[in-house]
Amino acid sequence: MIKSVKFKNKIINTIIYSILSFMSVVWLFPVAWLIMQSFRKEPGAFTSYIIPKTWTLDNYIKLFTETKLFNFPRWFLNTLLVAIAACIITTILVLLTAYAFSRLRFKMRKPMMNVILILGMFPGFMSMIAIYHILKAVGLTQSLLALILVYSGGAAMGYYIAKGFFDTVPYSIDEAAMLDGANKNQVFWKIILPMSKPVVIYTILTSFLAPWMDFIFVSVIMKDNYQNYTVALGLYQMLSRENIQAYFTQFCAGAVLIAVPITILFINMQKYYVSGVTSGGAKG
Amino acid sequence: MKKIFNIIIKTISSFFVSIINGFKNYFSNFIKGDSITKISYFVMGFGCVMRKQVVKGIIFLTVQLSYLFYMFTKGFYYLQMLTTLGVKEQGEVWDATAQIYRIQLGDNSMLLLLFGVTTVFISVAFFLVYFGSVKNAYQNEINIKNNIKIKSFKEELDDLLDSKYHITILSIPTILTFAFTIMPLIFMILMAFTNFDGNHQPPGKLFTWVGLTNFSSVLVSNPLWSKTFMRLLVWTIIWAFFATSLNYVLGILLAIMINKQGIKLKKMWRTIFVTTIAVPQFVSLLLMSKLLADNGALNNLLINFNFIKTFIPFLSDADVAKVVVIIVNLWVGIPYSMLISSGILMNIPKDLYEASKIDGANSVKQFFSITLPYMLHVTTPYLITQFVGNINNFNVIYLLTGGGPKSLNLYQAGETDLLVTWLYKLTTEAQNYALASTIGIIIFVILATFSLISYNMTSAVKEEDTFS
Repeated sequence: MIKSVKFKNKIINTIIYSILSFMSVVWLFPVAWLIMQSFRKEPGAFTSYIIPKTWTLDNYIKLFTETKLFNFPRWFLNTLLVAIAACIITTILVLLTAYAFSRLRFKMRKPMMNVILILGMFPGFMSMIAIYHILKAVGLTQSLLALILVYSGGAAMGYYIAKGFFDTVPYSIDEAAMLDGANKNQVFWKIILPMSKPVVIYTILTSFLAPWMDFIFVSVIMKDNYQNYTVALGLYQMLSRENIQAYFTQFCAGAVLIAVPITILFINMQKYYVSGVTSGGAKG
Repeated sequence: MKKIFNIIIKTISSFFVSIINGFKNYFSNFIKGDSITKISYFVMGFGCVMRKQVVKGIIFLTVQLSYLFYMFTKGFYYLQMLTTLGVKEQGEVWDATAQIYRIQLGDNSMLLLLFGVTTVFISVAFFLVYFGSVKNAYQNEINIKNNIKIKSFKEELDDLLDSKYHITILSIPTILTFAFTIMPLIFMILMAFTNFDGNHQPPGKLFTWVGLTNFSSVLVSNPLWSKTFMRLLVWTIIWAFFATSLNYVLGILLAIMINKQGIKLKKMWRTIFVTTIAVPQFVSLLLMSKLLADNGALNNLLINFNFIKTFIPFLSDADVAKVVVIIVNLWVGIPYSMLISSGILMNIPKDLYEASKIDGANSVKQFFSITLPYMLHVTTPYLITQFVGNINNFNVIYLLTGGGPKSLNLYQAGETDLLVTWLYKLTTEAQNYALASTIGIIIFVILATFSLISYNMTSAVKEEDTFS
């Protein structure tokens, strides 16, 4: 009897292993294909075989040397600059907003939270297109400053995850500090913030990564100002109908350069991501 | 349902009651107040300066003077122009003295609308400060009468770091949200009531208010528009339903398999799937679209191996493309829901499973009667946000199919276009801002109704209510 249960379990595990292996292949195939294409020497967009016949590093080298049409190094610096600036502003705004909604009690608290909830239901592009016109009216379009403002301007609305975290810190800690004569400003900077390392790291990371991943907002704002493109938009241009034959392998190389650091960061930070999404989601 | 309406009615009515009370206090304080308070009604900050709050008083006065300066130099003009959105069209005008045609610069309807809205915002902000200053003046008078010490500027600044800390830390986020979310939204919402389309492009042409014409065109009177709208609406809902539910259930199943007792290398399996989340979507999805193109890698491969004779139209046939889009979205979405459900699965009490095992339930039954209900209970808010996110899911459709294949039966849209990608195309390709804004408002109404109803039916909202 026991033997048959064990046997049955073994069969089930074998089935699960094969499903998992199959799924892993499916999931990793595009990633592996991307990496292999980035080392392919043969020109053209597509080949009728998967593994390149000759391997080369040329695609990576060309990205940094042939900058006439696609100025990858410049885009890279643009993105880095925007990402750092947006990350600093966003992190401060998000943490302060989350602290206010989590810890402070004031008359406008609920109404403001409701308004933010409602604002989140409008499609993002609607305001995006209007922002373009506003930036144009003040003469800021096609500049990196505009991009920084756009990425960090609405940041406070994404306060949910940080609030969810602050909610889990017991209020008695605040009270103890206030009995010792600390004001709320000091409580936030000296007590709550040092205790909230995970959510601070999470916020810094997500806001730093956003400019690397987004290409829609950039394309609306930058239009044809190639010098101020970010990496994402620049790479997107490489796959347009007239460029894809010549630049496909370079696109792959650029994509690998972006994806590798992001992947490493994300794998190390996934536990913060999960706790953020689940705790933040449940508390609305 | 009743509960939602109660909340809405309560919110609206309390809003009006507070406004009416505010005005009542405003007038009664004017009558009750002494002459200093009365002067403060016309010269902001007067009450503060006369009662030892000099710095605060000067700030109030500066606000008032700069507002008046703005209004008299520009503000009133913009407010007036808001009614017509410009009257002077750009064109050639006969100059009688020089005997030539001169190009006359016309009004720019869009800038007039934008500056008009800005002026309204500035005015609202000013009146809030104004009411604050009036209240402050009266409060000072009362405090002096009752021998309560009036706070010095230094003490008020200290308050801003403690009992009024929320004002300090929320003012900048609020201003930015107004500038980059609320004002643009109102600007766009107003566009839905104008005829700002391809034939009315500023600065060359004027556009003006047309009331609800756009809404009636989309919903009824323009057959091509309303047909496009209905088709895309149905597809958007089908898409959002499958994209959300399949990702969710399959993600849970994957998590269960990885977490099952006896399965080794759990961390490795999880990392494999997490890797694909970390690859930026514009990379992975663009790659997929090239992989699945008619002359793309997958078709090439299949033809080379003699599995098929001609290419499979993965993305170029309307019906096939719709299925492919949902399947590719599984590739994107399953790792997310696997990651999120992993943690929650471990929290399900083990004895539930043991008890059901004794009752003779097999794993399939356990999944449907224990795991799924438990997960649904915990993650409903997540599911709602996912559904809303999928209705607005721009990336997957735009990067994968670009909305295509194109269709002659639809206005400026392809077969797999969602309402949001249609909205995007309407602005970037057709320049029909009026129609795009109308669609945006309709999407909002659908989403808002859906979210309000579903949030009110979940228990998580009740918990938040008791929390505060």
